Amino acid sequence: MNGPSVADMLVVDDLRVAFPNREGGMTEAVRGVSFRLGRERLGIVGESGSGKSQTGRAILGLTAPEGRVTANRMEFDGIDLLHSSARQRRALRGGRIAMVLQDPKFSLNPVMSIGDQIVETLDAHARVSRREARDRALETLRQVQIDNPERVFDLYPHEVSGGMGQRAMIAMMLIADPDLLIADEPTSALDVTVQLQLLAILDRLVTDRGMGLVFISHDLRLVSTFCDRILVMYAGKVVEELSAGGLQDAQHPYTRGLVNCLPRLGEHRHPLPTLDRRPEWAL
Amino acid sequence: MTIAEQTRGGGRRSARLLRGADTVGRFLLVIFLTYLGLLAVTFFIGRVIPIDPVLAVVGDRAPEHVIQRVREEMGLNKPLWEQFFIYCRKVLQGDFGTSVLTSNPVMQDIRRAFPATIELATLGTIMGAGLGVPLGVWAAVRRGGVADQLVRVMGLIGYSVPIFWLGLMGLLVFYARLGWVGGPGRIDVAYEYSLTPVTGFMLLDTAIAGEWEAFGNAFSHLILPASLLGYFSLAYISRMTRSFMLNELNQEYVIAARAKGLTETRIIWRHALRNAMVPLVTVIALSYAGLLEGSVLTETVFAWPGLGLYITNSLQNADMNAVLGGTIVVGSIFIGLNLLSDILYRLLDPRTKTR
Amino acid sequence: MSAVNAPSPGGWREWLMSDRPQSRRQAALGRAYGGWRTFSRNRLAMLGLAIVIALLLVALFANQLAPYSPYIGDLRTTRLLPPSAAHWFGTDDQGRDILSRIIHGSRITLFVVVLVAILAAPIGLVVGTVAGYSGGLIDAALMRITDIFLAFPRLILALAFVAALGPGIENAVIAIAITSWPPYARIARAETLTIRQADYIAAVQLMGASPWRIVLRHIMPLCVSSVIVRVTLDMAGIILTAAGLGFLGLGAQPPTPEWGAMIANGRLYVLDQWWVAAAPGAAIFLVSLAFNLLGDGLRDALDPKGVK
Repeated sequence: MNGPSVADMLVVDDLRVAFPNREGGMTEAVRGVSFRLGRERLGIVGESGSGKSQTGRAILGLTAPEGRVTANRMEFDGIDLLHSSARQRRALRGGRIAMVLQDPKFSLNPVMSIGDQIVETLDAHARVSRREARDRALETLRQVQIDNPERVFDLYPHEVSGGMGQRAMIAMMLIADPDLLIADEPTSALDVTVQLQLLAILDRLVTDRGMGLVFISHDLRLVSTFCDRILVMYAGKVVEELSAGGLQDAQHPYTRGLVNCLPRLGEHRHPLPTLDRRPEWAL
Repeated sequence: MTIAEQTRGGGRRSARLLRGADTVGRFLLVIFLTYLGLLAVTFFIGRVIPIDPVLAVVGDRAPEHVIQRVREEMGLNKPLWEQFFIYCRKVLQGDFGTSVLTSNPVMQDIRRAFPATIELATLGTIMGAGLGVPLGVWAAVRRGGVADQLVRVMGLIGYSVPIFWLGLMGLLVFYARLGWVGGPGRIDVAYEYSLTPVTGFMLLDTAIAGEWEAFGNAFSHLILPASLLGYFSLAYISRMTRSFMLNELNQEYVIAARAKGLTETRIIWRHALRNAMVPLVTVIALSYAGLLEGSVLTETVFAWPGLGLYITNSLQNADMNAVLGGTIVVGSIFIGLNLLSDILYRLLDPRTKTR
Repeated sequence: MSAVNAPSPGGWREWLMSDRPQSRRQAALGRAYGGWRTFSRNRLAMLGLAIVIALLLVALFANQLAPYSPYIGDLRTTRLLPPSAAHWFGTDDQGRDILSRIIHGSRITLFVVVLVAILAAPIGLVVGTVAGYSGGLIDAALMRITDIFLAFPRLILALAFVAALGPGIENAVIAIAITSWPPYARIARAETLTIRQADYIAAVQLMGASPWRIVLRHIMPLCVSSVIVRVTLDMAGIILTAAGLGFLGLGAQPPTPEWGAMIANGRLYVLDQWWVAAAPGAAIFLVSLAFNLLGDGLRDALDPKGVK
């Protein structure tokens, strides 16, 4: 594959996303996030409202229309995302940058068959015959380890389990061979056993295809086992950047708080540690 | 409350008659019960409330033995439940009795008047849905824009203005002052007797006969009352479409569709509207039913010889057989439309199918 | 901390807006004030409220406001006069001043609206709360009846009722009330189903309260506000139905200055003397619009979930 160079497929510098608030002003949900990403796995961890999801959506250009996105620099493979047209952004979405959402119950269109929804992505980005599109969709379904893709192809989302739905979602997002996948809490809505299965599938696909991955989650442990690097976000800012193995070296008190909250086998703790949130971290 | 229920609750009147029914058996039972309710109510109105139906037939000066005989002939000396049973049997056979006003069987009168009403209500609904759905979609996509304001204003006026008054003012402006449209009635008298009714629909009959002049004339008579009904239908359908679409556009699958790189056009029309169509079908069926009902007032204003005018004429002459016959027919159509919208609902929403 | 028990002259707003009310009354007033703030920011709703208040005043002072008699006109000199300084809205075929008739007609409109609300809302409230609280067979039966009524053509059913009862404003009111309670029953039932699960209902049950007492004292009061909103939204529909019945000659009988009947009368002259039908129609439109605006505003203020 002749993709972008390893070091900076995605460059984000001082990204800010703001939304109008009730008082008539703007409230920043993302307040100056910067990072670079190559063909690697980056985890973004934070609690709800920390701005991690909005960061992912801003990269795709999916910020709600009333929101305002600014940055010093936001580039994908040398393409300036801030100044590219709506049409260029659309061509990137699904074609080169894809996103997996949290819950297949809501993120799959309930009145469209799974196969049609997968084929649709391909149709949006490539000129293919109906037959070829179907074959590729079936092949992608196979890649997400769906055993009888012909049957699943014709099913509607409500007819499959959550895990199956999420695999179909991944197939839908990967069929056009994107270079970067943003996975926004892709396993949070699933049962624990299914979570592990799905992560294994995702892991293999990302490795085999040499994609970059932004893995957004609130689950520090999950991210630390799955990603190469971790950004910890709090109140719209990156408070710390860690390598996956370096959890114990965390400097920031918020991250340390998170690490301390992780249960360890064979350890009795009383009282349970609680997370400390200080207003000055948000400054 | 589920999202689907909330959106449906947005309708002023919701067709939930059959929604709880899951099996064919229950389905039929619900229809049966509803129909029985309709018959019971009309029976109650016709037999129990008036002072004495016998006196209405023979007059209050008839001798006692005549009154007795008529009472027996009408079956009024039988117990109430038996009367009701006989009544149901007659109605199901299409026998609504004889109209005092026209001395025809009520069913025959209704059959003659019916096409005029259907023609009007159908054209009105086609206008309302044909314009209302795109307008509502546009209003939802561009919130606060021109279409959004238009939908809002049209809705407010549609819910506030008396339809018969608007019809009168329409006649005043477009017929009397501007002369753009034909006046009351379905067609000018000059054409009326040269035409052989085939379908009973004026537009079709003139077209079949190849009488294009008459066709044009019939159309000029039809356009004003149909636009009037169309306006009310448009006001309702566009408002509902807007609110269903706003609901759908907030769903996660729309974000997923954007993330796939689909065009906005495709997302709006193929994804969001396809989902909004599920409750919309009910709304459109209800608006059709509402227009049939509104025809009572509209047809009076436009002297339109349909079912509505038939009912009001009979009302003013205390012709109860005709009034109740008309009520049962309109009520049956309501039940039928409820049924139809439920079937369409099931067809459109794959989640209601079980494999 | 010096909590304000008795508010100082300038502290009314703080007292009302307090998030730690000291008494039930303060909490209730505070809530009402909060609702009012939302409501009064909605300019269209305020306009609706103003028109409704104006309608009330006009009805109250009809005798003082009407320049002429609504019943007696001069057939020789004032028949079918166009609008002028002497007769703002013109005169009708009996030589009566249309403005005076509209002013007096406001009483009939209010009479209909209030009476229908008084009759239909309690029926719906009782049916809905009893069905929702009892559950089981009673619920199924009551709701089936409600659904059957919902599936009927309301206007035509009302027509049939009036035809049987005989024309007249009282019978029109009864007919409209009979056909308009089902939506209120639906709403009250939906509310009851959520309230029924609440812990305090369980607590009252444990204290041995009878089902009737629970429904009447603890559930019904909580359903009232949503039913009121719905009734306000329905007011316009009630006015329009009543006017329609009047137009068909089934409502108020002549010479009563009912707006719908006035339009029916004006219909005969509409092509030449348009004002006879125009003015009462405009009055119906204005009042219905006011109730619609008011209802929308109330819904948005009392039920934040419904805000679109």
